[in-house]
Amino acid sequence: MTVPKRIGKIRFGLISPQEFRKMSVVKIITADTYDDDGFPIEMGLMDPRLGVIDPGLRCRSCGGRPGECPGHFGHIDLIAPVIHVGFAKLIRKVLRGICRDCSRLMLKDGEKKMYLGQIQELERLGQMTDDTVNKVFAEARKNKTCPYCGAPQQEIKFERPLSYIEEGHKLTASDIRDRFEKIPDEDISVMGMNPATARPEWIILTVLPVPPVTMRPSITLESGQRSEDDLTHKLVDIIRINQRFQENREAGAPQLIIEDLWELLQYHVTTFLDNTVSGVPPARHRSGRPLKTLSQRLKGKEGRFRGSLSGKRVNFSARTVISPDPNLSIGEVGVPMDIAMELSVPMIANVRNMEIVKTFVRRGPDRHPGVNYVTRPDQRRVKVTDKNCEEVAEQIDVGWKIDRQLSDGDIVLFNRQPSLHRMSIMSHRVKVMPYKTFRLNPAVCPPYNADFDGDEMNMHVPQTEEARAEAEILMRVQENILSPRFGGPIIGGIHDYVTGSFLLTHGSKPIDRRGVMELLKKFDISELPEPAGYAEGKPYWTGKQVFSLILPRGLNLSFKADFCYNCDVCKGTDCENDAYVVIEDGKLLQGTIDAEAVGAFKGKITDRIIKEYSPSVASEFLDRMTRLALRGIMHAGFSFGIDDEDIPKAAVDQIEETTRTAREKSQQLIEAYNAGELEPLPGRTLDETLEMRIMQTLGKARDTAGKIAGRHLGLDNSGVVMAVSGARGSMLNLTQMAACVGQQSVRGERIMRGYAGRTLPHFRKGDLGAEAHGFVESSYKDGLNPTEFFFHAIGGREGLVDTAIRTSQSGYLQRRLVNALQDLEVKYDGTVKETRGMIVQFQYGEDGVDASRRDYASGDNVKRIIKSVLQKRPEESA
Amino acid sequence: MSLHAAPFPLKVVPVTKFAIRDHETVPEHILLTPEEADGVLKAFGITAPQLPKIHVADPAAKEIGAKVGDIIKVVRKSTTARQSIFYRLVID
Repeated sequence: MTVPKRIGKIRFGLISPQEFRKMSVVKIITADTYDDDGFPIEMGLMDPRLGVIDPGLRCRSCGGRPGECPGHFGHIDLIAPVIHVGFAKLIRKVLRGICRDCSRLMLKDGEKKMYLGQIQELERLGQMTDDTVNKVFAEARKNKTCPYCGAPQQEIKFERPLSYIEEGHKLTASDIRDRFEKIPDEDISVMGMNPATARPEWIILTVLPVPPVTMRPSITLESGQRSEDDLTHKLVDIIRINQRFQENREAGAPQLIIEDLWELLQYHVTTFLDNTVSGVPPARHRSGRPLKTLSQRLKGKEGRFRGSLSGKRVNFSARTVISPDPNLSIGEVGVPMDIAMELSVPMIANVRNMEIVKTFVRRGPDRHPGVNYVTRPDQRRVKVTDKNCEEVAEQIDVGWKIDRQLSDGDIVLFNRQPSLHRMSIMSHRVKVMPYKTFRLNPAVCPPYNADFDGDEMNMHVPQTEEARAEAEILMRVQENILSPRFGGPIIGGIHDYVTGSFLLTHGSKPIDRRGVMELLKKFDISELPEPAGYAEGKPYWTGKQVFSLILPRGLNLSFKADFCYNCDVCKGTDCENDAYVVIEDGKLLQGTIDAEAVGAFKGKITDRIIKEYSPSVASEFLDRMTRLALRGIMHAGFSFGIDDEDIPKAAVDQIEETTRTAREKSQQLIEAYNAGELEPLPGRTLDETLEMRIMQTLGKARDTAGKIAGRHLGLDNSGVVMAVSGARGSMLNLTQMAACVGQQSVRGERIMRGYAGRTLPHFRKGDLGAEAHGFVESSYKDGLNPTEFFFHAIGGREGLVDTAIRTSQSGYLQRRLVNALQDLEVKYDGTVKETRGMIVQFQYGEDGVDASRRDYASGDNVKRIIKSVLQKRPEESA
Repeated sequence: MSLHAAPFPLKVVPVTKFAIRDHETVPEHILLTPEEADGVLKAFGITAPQLPKIHVADPAAKEIGAKVGDIIKVVRKSTTARQSIFYRLVID
């Protein structure tokens, strides 16, 4: 066991050539890797001292086996110095700031002192020194002659990626290194560097470290051929050129050839460090694929930091398409048999469960629920097959571990990306089912933001008791019905559930015995309440009575339904629209159940049940509600088509009249504007005033048209039922279908773009009229004329672009926010602390309240509590 | 009438130092005695450096004469909890 170590501090700097040599275990001089017998060549790129990757061998440096030995660096002595690409910009700054003769930073002593003071102060405060350092270089560059030796300075031109040109000559890496070596230590401090840990000349490489083989393992292909890592390939190139360079120089080759080779060495070292430098063609594999070199290993989403350290891959998980199943409980998930037979839960054999364990093993891997693997007490894993299952079952003894296949009742985590809030991962109970999709109750779609147009979801199987306990206590769907965002239920009825509840409970339509029985088919209710009345001698019940059967006893609640018309004076219990819900002792006395009562994000009844009973009761209620609502919608019958938006001829004429007058009115406004008679609104120009007035007129016209259409669309209309109950859509959507689509806009203004002075060639230049700027007079049902259609496409496109931009921007924002907050924790004393114990908040959210546990303090609550106390009295005395 | 002429006579107000403490957006800052400070640290079970910080040159800290190492109690108005109390360590 290694002793846990604590990092005291981290210091960043440059590594000096001496240090590179000191940490190197071997100098690499040959580009070859393995000899003909497959053994690594000494002083080659796979030298055994660099670490081991082949099983069975030991490291020649530390004696460790593969996995134990971390690997050791080697080095290559470069024949000529080369520039490190990562520092190209810094080299430019330093070169321009120092004298070309005496290498001193070209600032007067007083200035140096001042800047050094500033830098030291910033460092003491732990702040960034970048701005000051940049100022130092900018000031130093301004000197045309050196203040120390008086040497005149030349402009140094920087050419991407790596050329520094002075007086038309390219500075070689050696030249630059020579200049940097002469910079005195005091000047280096003024440049914001620490001369002890980062001397500028160390930026120019003379020694190249060779990474250990453990970080560039070669793989053996099936054919027995070895395939080397990209980094090894690159190192081979570097060594080859290095050798050729040396040979040529020793042979006294012409300057031109030497320069070419130097350039080539620079290219190889550059691409070894970073293969995406602009201006440098990326080094390619024989197949034409660009090599993945050092920088590419670290950078970006799939790089070491974001991909390997912050993000991990897991076993015991599954992913497939989701589809709905209202007969499942909201806390269940339907798992395809194929997945259930692949995933497993560990089970340890003991005296008590021995027979159960053996039965599992005896079934083998092909009969669900069987066993895929068993682990013996000595940690040897045995794969269970159809052939050996009987034999293995006999061997099982206390302490053996079996990997039992996933079966009904197991707890699993269920997740849909993007995991934006904690309800994006909840624990469900498994229900193994045929076919190939995950099944879930549509009522849990809102927290996952899932739909069934091809969405896929992930499932994870916890493998330890601790993980299962945590999943069960903290992550169950029941525990997450209330969102911590707004303290209301995020799980609830959507679409047809709301429509169904509405149709069932609106008014008091009689339902005969047969109908009631059909509605209650899925429930274990054995007694019906007193019939609401008798018709032709036969008893009948109301939908409200049926709905009451799924409400818990003792529930008292009253509220305005979603389809409440918001009358000026609320008549409360006397509401003639049946929009005021009253529940007493678990009986729905009046009002209609709609989105406000059971819907997701609203769900007053769900909310009340969780707070007064328990999340489990609420979950039970939601299960029953989803089943009853679907029976309700089937009982009533429900369909929707474009014909549902037909309105009488008279209404159509009326709407046409409205739009015509609106058009005329805006024409009048334009005439008034042209005549200069229009009065500007306060704070607006004349043009703006005209625009606003026209928008106003046309907006009003659409509303009026909508109202006219609305008069002919009552609660017998499916569209209206959906809009009014909060199931889907709005009255505006219906208006657009039936009456008039209305003004199309870009950035909140009428459409103004297009050709010079007009939007489309169909209009005269300068036409300010309604049609010319995107007023769509037609309804979706009638169809749009070509110009209207075009304007509609413009407006629609803006919406699409907006959503695309919003998601990408909010995603980045979210990432930054989460990175900043992920280590904060609410401690048991209510304080919020980060990992060092630094206090962030003395009381969580200033009031220490969990939003999902609070009941909004309103006068209503007091009344309800008094009522419930008064109700309990007689029971207690009895 | 010219757009630039003010419709009322402008009064020139001399710029004087005003009491920061009296400003409505400045929360109440209270300097704690060493005993009170110890009490706070004990109550939260922390050491002084784990507190949030306030600079000694912060106008509000200057106003109450806080020195480096002192602890200031800040009483802020809160929409959810009426008032929220923060403690800050004075640093330089």
